[in-house]
Amino acid sequence: KSSVQTIGEEQIQNPYTELLVLKGHQDIVRFLVQIDDYRFASAGDDGIVFLWNAQTGEKLFELHGHTHKITAIAPFSSSDITEERTDLIITASADRTVIVWDCTSGRQVQKVSCFHSTVKCLTVLQRLNVWLSGGSDLCVWNQKLDLLCKTSHLTDAGISALVELPKNCVAAAVGKELIIFRLSASNNGSEVWNILEVKRLLDHQDNISSLVSVNDLTFVTGSHIGELIVWDALEWTKQASECNFWDSSVHPDVQPEIKLSQSPHETSVQHLTSDEECVFAAVGKGIYVYNLQMKRVIACQRTAHDSSVLHIEKLPNRQLISCSEDGSVRIWELRQKQQLPAEPVPTGFFNMWGFGRASKQANQAAKKMQENTPMYFLELVGDLIGHSSAVQMFLYFGELGLATCSADHLIILWKDGERESSLRSLTLFKKLAQNGDLQLKI
Amino acid sequence: MISAPDVVAFTREEELEDDLYREPPLPEEYSVPLFPFAGQGANPWAKVAGSKFTRDFILISEFSEQVGPQPLLTIPDDAKVSGTFDLNYFSLRIMSVDYQASFVGHPPGSAYPKLNFVEDSKVVLGDSKEGAFAYVHHLTLYDLEARGFVRPFCMAYISADEHKIMQQFQELSAEFSKASECLKTGNRKAFANELEKKLKDLDYTRTVLHNETEQQKKANDKGYYTTQAIEKANELASVEKSIIEHQDLLRQIRSYPYRKLKDSEFHPYEPECALDRADVGSDQDPTASDPAEPGETPLYTHVPSYTPKLIKAKSAKCFDKKLKTLEELCDVYFFTQTLDQLHHIERTFRGDVCYLLTEQISRALLKQQSVTNFLFEDVSFLDEKPPEKQYRGCQGLGQDTMDEKCLEESLAPKVVISLGSYKSSVECVPIKMEQEMEDSEEPKMSESVMSEHQETLDYLDADIKGSISSGESIEVLGTEKSGSGLTKSESQASLPVIPSPQAGRSKVGSRRTVSEDSIEVLSTCPSESLIPEDFKASYPSAINEEPYADDNEGGLRFTPRLTPPGDDGQDDVSKQESLVQVDAACCIGKESPNFLEPLPELGQKPCEEDGVVRIPPQPSRPAEQGLRGGFPSHEGLSAGLLPYELDSRYLTGSREVSKSSLDECSDSTSYISSAASTCSDRTPSPAHLGCAAGERHRKRAGQNALRFIRQYPFAHPAIYSLLSGRTLVVLGEDEAMVKKLVTALSIFVPNCGVYAKPVKHWVTSALHLVDFQKWKLIGLQRAVSPGGVNVLHALSRYSRYLSILDADSKTLRCPLYKGSVVARLADHRTQIKRGSTYYMHVQSILTQLCSKAFLFAFCHHLHLPISERESEESVVNRRMNFLKLQLGLANEDIKIVQYLAELLKLHYIQEPGQGGIPLLRFDYVPSFLYKI
Repeated sequence: KSSVQTIGEEQIQNPYTELLVLKGHQDIVRFLVQIDDYRFASAGDDGIVFLWNAQTGEKLFELHGHTHKITAIAPFSSSDITEERTDLIITASADRTVIVWDCTSGRQVQKVSCFHSTVKCLTVLQRLNVWLSGGSDLCVWNQKLDLLCKTSHLTDAGISALVELPKNCVAAAVGKELIIFRLSASNNGSEVWNILEVKRLLDHQDNISSLVSVNDLTFVTGSHIGELIVWDALEWTKQASECNFWDSSVHPDVQPEIKLSQSPHETSVQHLTSDEECVFAAVGKGIYVYNLQMKRVIACQRTAHDSSVLHIEKLPNRQLISCSEDGSVRIWELRQKQQLPAEPVPTGFFNMWGFGRASKQANQAAKKMQENTPMYFLELVGDLIGHSSAVQMFLYFGELGLATCSADHLIILWKDGERESSLRSLTLFKKLAQNGDLQLKI
Repeated sequence: MISAPDVVAFTREEELEDDLYREPPLPEEYSVPLFPFAGQGANPWAKVAGSKFTRDFILISEFSEQVGPQPLLTIPDDAKVSGTFDLNYFSLRIMSVDYQASFVGHPPGSAYPKLNFVEDSKVVLGDSKEGAFAYVHHLTLYDLEARGFVRPFCMAYISADEHKIMQQFQELSAEFSKASECLKTGNRKAFANELEKKLKDLDYTRTVLHNETEQQKKANDKGYYTTQAIEKANELASVEKSIIEHQDLLRQIRSYPYRKLKDSEFHPYEPECALDRADVGSDQDPTASDPAEPGETPLYTHVPSYTPKLIKAKSAKCFDKKLKTLEELCDVYFFTQTLDQLHHIERTFRGDVCYLLTEQISRALLKQQSVTNFLFEDVSFLDEKPPEKQYRGCQGLGQDTMDEKCLEESLAPKVVISLGSYKSSVECVPIKMEQEMEDSEEPKMSESVMSEHQETLDYLDADIKGSISSGESIEVLGTEKSGSGLTKSESQASLPVIPSPQAGRSKVGSRRTVSEDSIEVLSTCPSESLIPEDFKASYPSAINEEPYADDNEGGLRFTPRLTPPGDDGQDDVSKQESLVQVDAACCIGKESPNFLEPLPELGQKPCEEDGVVRIPPQPSRPAEQGLRGGFPSHEGLSAGLLPYELDSRYLTGSREVSKSSLDECSDSTSYISSAASTCSDRTPSPAHLGCAAGERHRKRAGQNALRFIRQYPFAHPAIYSLLSGRTLVVLGEDEAMVKKLVTALSIFVPNCGVYAKPVKHWVTSALHLVDFQKWKLIGLQRAVSPGGVNVLHALSRYSRYLSILDADSKTLRCPLYKGSVVARLADHRTQIKRGSTYYMHVQSILTQLCSKAFLFAFCHHLHLPISERESEESVVNRRMNFLKLQLGLANEDIKIVQYLAELLKLHYIQEPGQGGIPLLRFDYVPSFLYKI
């Protein structure tokens, strides 16, 4: 039995009191990508890309073009000579094509189908106005979809992740290896590009599963067996590593039942995100906060969800959102511990039918720390239950709310009910004024 | 002569005030039997004295040329309904007051018979002896084999309650017109088919005769004709003539729809399904009467299978053969459609007039509340086409002057017809009809009048002889649109001209003289008859050729000119017309003591043509006017009716109206003694027109709800859940039980839009989030199967969005409720016994909530800052203060109003046509478990 913290039905801090269900997909929805302030795109295994209005939930476009599931999606806002901003999205699919779509017209701009393997990752280098596709090799394209240059065949497994580094470099995760490439335009000014392998880093013991750039100086990688390595982005050297922080032996006072014999799946670093100070890692079912300065895990929630955490994101307000295979989304807050937190009071009647979380006790979330350091802990401030299957990803839209996508083919738009209500009032009075109903009819 | 009870009907008009107090009968809900143990029949207001039928019914009768008036069928088709009521006798009565000259024949100066397309006549008729009052709708159908090609029919709505007939006259008229239109459409089709067959026969006969004649000519070279040959030639000539006549008839019947279309009032009957198109074949539907495709395509299609046969030039006399049945006359499809319509009418007007009026008022009121009415009302019935009567005056207003007189007058333009004695036995001029009318457009009416021929009189004479043979009395209380058929012998037109003393009033009086029998026609109203184009052309001299394309809006047809029209030739004709009438009046008028009743509106100019005498003021009018200004309504006030005008109209014109109509509804207890109030049947009235099923549902739901609140102590939090938009799941093994509970609770569920209630009675699969968006009340099966485990798992997973009522273990899991609204709504100690009463109680409290929600949603300062600098917080404070102090809401009641206001907002801002994405609002509040 897991010991997942529960919050009950009374969630004062949870702002999401209204939801919209966006239907359209016919298979698992895996990707959500923000286009601009109010639009986002969704894509998944049905090969269809949908564009949505995040405010109204309106379906803007339904983009058909891929015949297989979509493997990567990236937004690409390009500016022409006329300085007109065009919002594009690039999608790669298992049908070995890449399509560029225009988000304003909903039309397919261009399609490339000369790939030998499925493109698994896409990265846009806005600064250079080029984009990279990573499959069994790494290709560099310009905005017009001209192939500028490409590497030789790297691996059959293909590049699993790409991240932009300073000095026109990119880091590509290929299996256990991390390869640094440098992109160079030729000196004579003509549009001749070249890509060179600069360095191979072989520090990971297992496949690299996530790769994230923290700032101009550092980037972080995580692997399937739970290694977390912090790299210097300029020198490509290992700054720090945490290789078994999931291990309860490090924190022997917590959760004795979590043994070393955990399966690799449960220790895999599924997703990494970061702010300036910390790296947040979704490892197995847990969430870990790694402080870059202190070079150690400052807070963790070992069993944040009932099953693997698939995506986490840090919000500006010290909050953290995670989503998981168990179909729930949870909102956490990183707090500095003043004293021992009060035991959360379980409310509600979950046990009525003998299902649910009968045996789950509210779990004290605190993580005991060394005496001389400030103590942090992750507190659950709310959970969003709506999906009936794994929540693959979510997109935080600030005031507009939160979009989550799931294996149940749905996208749910979670909104702040108070805000929506007052917005509706505003619309209502505008409409009243428009219709002239506000005036006294004399 | 005039018998005493019938005189009462005349005198009552003077004591209008008394009338008002006597009118509406007591609704069943409020009636307390005086002698509960006295058994059946002891109830003093159980039945109108003398009425021999148990409830209202519809009677269709025909004036058969063979056997005279005879009843054809009744609706409902149940012998119990009419009881001991003598249908034969009553048929005779109602058929005897058909004045319309539904005549086809050879008009003078015309070579061919002409079809006269007459409007139906609508009269109200009372038989005081039988205790029966009837709305009678006369119509004629064409039959080639009938005398004059027409068969007079009538449909009558028979009730024991005179007031019901009078008050619902407009509605009855509208509904019966639909039925009549349907019948006539089918009849035209059938008639055209018949004509075509006949033409083929004639054509064939002609060919045969022609051949025979030729042969005789060849065989006969003696230079003179044998009698046989002359006979043949005569026969041939008569066949030729017959062909031309029939062709002309066919042309006339075919051209009918086009002619009709010029009249804005005409709505061709369009069958909903293409069933009869299939009947006709691939050709054009004769009923469609599409103006875009004139005569090119044959409107009436040939029946290809028909083989012509040799016929005699002279058709057999009508007594020799069996007359066609009504069904044969109008095509089975149209006949069944008509029956459906009549059944619909029967259902609609079933019950007490009080119910009908109340229902009409509340409907009109609800319609005004376009912002809130969708919440707890079934809006679909509001979308039904409203009775147009209300808008007539308004349309007229828009075009003419905004003249108050018109407004006032539109309430009840009084037209009086008095009836003297009637000589049924005199052959020469048995009927004398007078019309007084100084309307300049009146000649149109007279056209048809002029078209009458002496032959008509024969028919009419026959009619009258057949019907008025007994010494009984019939009161014709009111008619509408009967002027078109007024018979008038041609000789009258040439009578000397005397200025009309009645000038200045647009009144039409028509009089008949009856010998022994007293028939009192209290009123008729003129109507335009449709004059065929070709018909006009053939009588250039006899009629005024005023084009009636101008203001032919029906409602304005008889609008009197306020200034005397002295500029055109119409004047002469109209003057002549009126003078003719006056002259006639001079001859007979003295004999009739009650020529004109004292009229309250004397001197006012009527601006509506289809007002009917003694039709009481329309009940929904005050509501409509009174509420207009208050609500932001989107219907758009057509014709620029502005609130103050409405107000003035309301105050001046319809003062009595409002009084009467409101009295009728509210103060019904004072009418116990009224004879008229005894409703003709005790079956409860449909809650709203045309939706008896809805009423039944409400009654049942109300009863179940009553049982629920008595049985379950936790009814309040359950109802609170529904009112605050939290989906309530009724979980149980027994489908019937769950459905019953769902039905009971469904009356508390606010609608999210104009669609059906968000209620799902029975679900067997696991619920999903999407379901909670769609449905606010769900009946769910509890199963032991593995699937059932999933169902329960989903319930526990989504428990935060749900309240769960376990029907098996009698538990409820839902948020706490501490407010007071639901306590009033569902008091388990309530004294209300009946389901429908409880339903009304619920509706009234829900309506209160609605108005609070409306106030809350539409108060600007509650949602937006008053000044630029005002903080959001102070707006929130103001909002909460408003809810608590101004609206007097406590605790969870606030949430109810907030939820309803949110629905109102959503409904209002939703663009029409767009469904909008349903959203689910919820709160993170703890739930509690309630047990019995």
